[in-house]
Amino acid sequence: MKTKILMGLLAVAIAGLIAVPWIASYFYIFILTEILILGLFAASFNLIFGYTGMLSFGHAAFFGIGSYATALVLIHLEWPFLACLLVSMGASALLALVIGFLSVRLNEVYFAMLTLAFGMMVFAIAYQWRSVTNGSDGLAGFTLGSFGLGVDLILGNPAVYYHVVLVIVAIAAVVLYLVCRSSFGMILKAIRQNPERVSFAGLNVRTYRLVAFVIAGSFAGLAGGLMAPFLRVASPELLHWSMSAEPVLMAILGGTGYFLGPFVGSAVFVLLETWITSFTESWMLVLGIILAMMVIFFRKGLLGTALDWWLEVKK
Amino acid sequence: MSGIGAALLNSLDIGLLLFIIAVGLNIVFGVLNIINFAHGALYMLGAYLAFTLINLVGMPFWAALLLAPIGVAILAVIIDRLLLRFIYSRDVADSLLLTFAILLIINESVRVIWGSGIHVVQPPQLLSGSMELLGSSVSTYSLFVIVVGLLLLAGLWYLFNRTRVGRIMRAAALDRDMAEALCINTRMVVTGVFAFGAWLAAVGGVVAAPMRALDPGMGDKIIIESFIVVVIGGLGSFPGALLGAIVLGLIHGFGGRYLPEVNLLLPFLGMALVLLFKPNGIMGKGATA
Repeated sequence: MKTKILMGLLAVAIAGLIAVPWIASYFYIFILTEILILGLFAASFNLIFGYTGMLSFGHAAFFGIGSYATALVLIHLEWPFLACLLVSMGASALLALVIGFLSVRLNEVYFAMLTLAFGMMVFAIAYQWRSVTNGSDGLAGFTLGSFGLGVDLILGNPAVYYHVVLVIVAIAAVVLYLVCRSSFGMILKAIRQNPERVSFAGLNVRTYRLVAFVIAGSFAGLAGGLMAPFLRVASPELLHWSMSAEPVLMAILGGTGYFLGPFVGSAVFVLLETWITSFTESWMLVLGIILAMMVIFFRKGLLGTALDWWLEVKK
Repeated sequence: MSGIGAALLNSLDIGLLLFIIAVGLNIVFGVLNIINFAHGALYMLGAYLAFTLINLVGMPFWAALLLAPIGVAILAVIIDRLLLRFIYSRDVADSLLLTFAILLIINESVRVIWGSGIHVVQPPQLLSGSMELLGSSVSTYSLFVIVVGLLLLAGLWYLFNRTRVGRIMRAAALDRDMAEALCINTRMVVTGVFAFGAWLAAVGGVVAAPMRALDPGMGDKIIIESFIVVVIGGLGSFPGALLGAIVLGLIHGFGGRYLPEVNLLLPFLGMALVLLFKPNGIMGKGATA
């Protein structure tokens, strides 16, 4: 019964998301596009954090590389959009393989420090390598051409772009969900709970962690590839560690124990940001306080706390 | 010769400053088993407090060097009692997240209180000139940083090896339950060690203030550097912090002079090399999962 109600709610939410361009103004279309892209970014992060138990503070490296890859391909090669996204995923997967190879063999504390340091290294490169990345100004002035696969879409229209983002994020989310539900995903969960036991069972923990890290990196790259045409710029801020903080916050906010948690977190995050920055510039201060409160008192996140409460009350 | 000599001195002053900061991070990790992400923010707070005391209140540099770190240490006690006490018994990820939240709060508060612009602190009269040493001219302030670093190094060594307080800290680091069974108030030790780590970070901040311009991003820069030091030297190791800081100081001192194009990348390259061959750091143990 309860699962049926939840499924019904989810179906209503999806139908609502599809209908948005016909019922809401451009302002809300922009906000929802951002929520979807950042939600995918946070969900990819949660594969390594919530499922595998590795807290990365450098996930923006993959998001940012994805943005830069799409921007560079659009500027220099003018490929169709789908091809750009594939390049973004490939570039981030490659970077994740290198950073992951050096980082996943170390324990949690080292892993957090290393991902942060490597993330900032990528930021420093983008900031300094002016001839390719245009330094602190970032890459701008690219335009979306065709979509690819012979599909005829005007991607410059925000409503059309929103629908494209919705479809791609939905497909990516389903793939990620299947990864989490697969036997591979079960092993990741087991690694979070007890890595020693998993390695005693004859599985190579390090390889599993690395594969999870690369998958998460490539989906973060996909989100980044969607972000660049939306912002119309790929700038070093997308690589900065304050960007790495966003998926961490979203996952914690929504709830790391649920697949949809990061998406809920992303929605709350973006709406709060829009609301708070309308009357104060110190958004980060509010964010820090919220994060501290969530970590101390509501470790299961909004979705987790709400579900717990609902299952308790409606018994 | 003079080029190499100058680079060497430059490496030493960067290295010893990094040592002051990284050793605080290491001591806190050793006893509390948490990585304090806000360590760089506390360093920044030390520098900004010194700026206020010197430029706005009109105190001499020496008074600021004494008072600013004490102020930061008091704030650390408040942070510990108000926030950190909830998560000491939890998973290590929670302490990373909470100190990260504290970092966001301090960073933004600094931006609100002092603004996003750059501030400058003048070195005291006594240290503002330069000296002849090894046939080249050296700024007196660099020598001062080296002296402060060496004094703290000696002081810490004495504290940990020769005093009762140091032995209590080491006992709490080794086995907190056992220390408690021996009538040591580990609660107070934990708070004290966290405040001591913050004090060290702030001393680093005050000492660094006349060398570097103050801006709200300075804490982020130093925390990354400290992480590199700690990874190279080994987490929780006292000699490791010194070794890592000297290695990173040499990388900066010589890299900045001879390889300016890849200067920013060199520290990360050094760290990657150490990770490949000695994943636990040169002096560390027990980091591999």
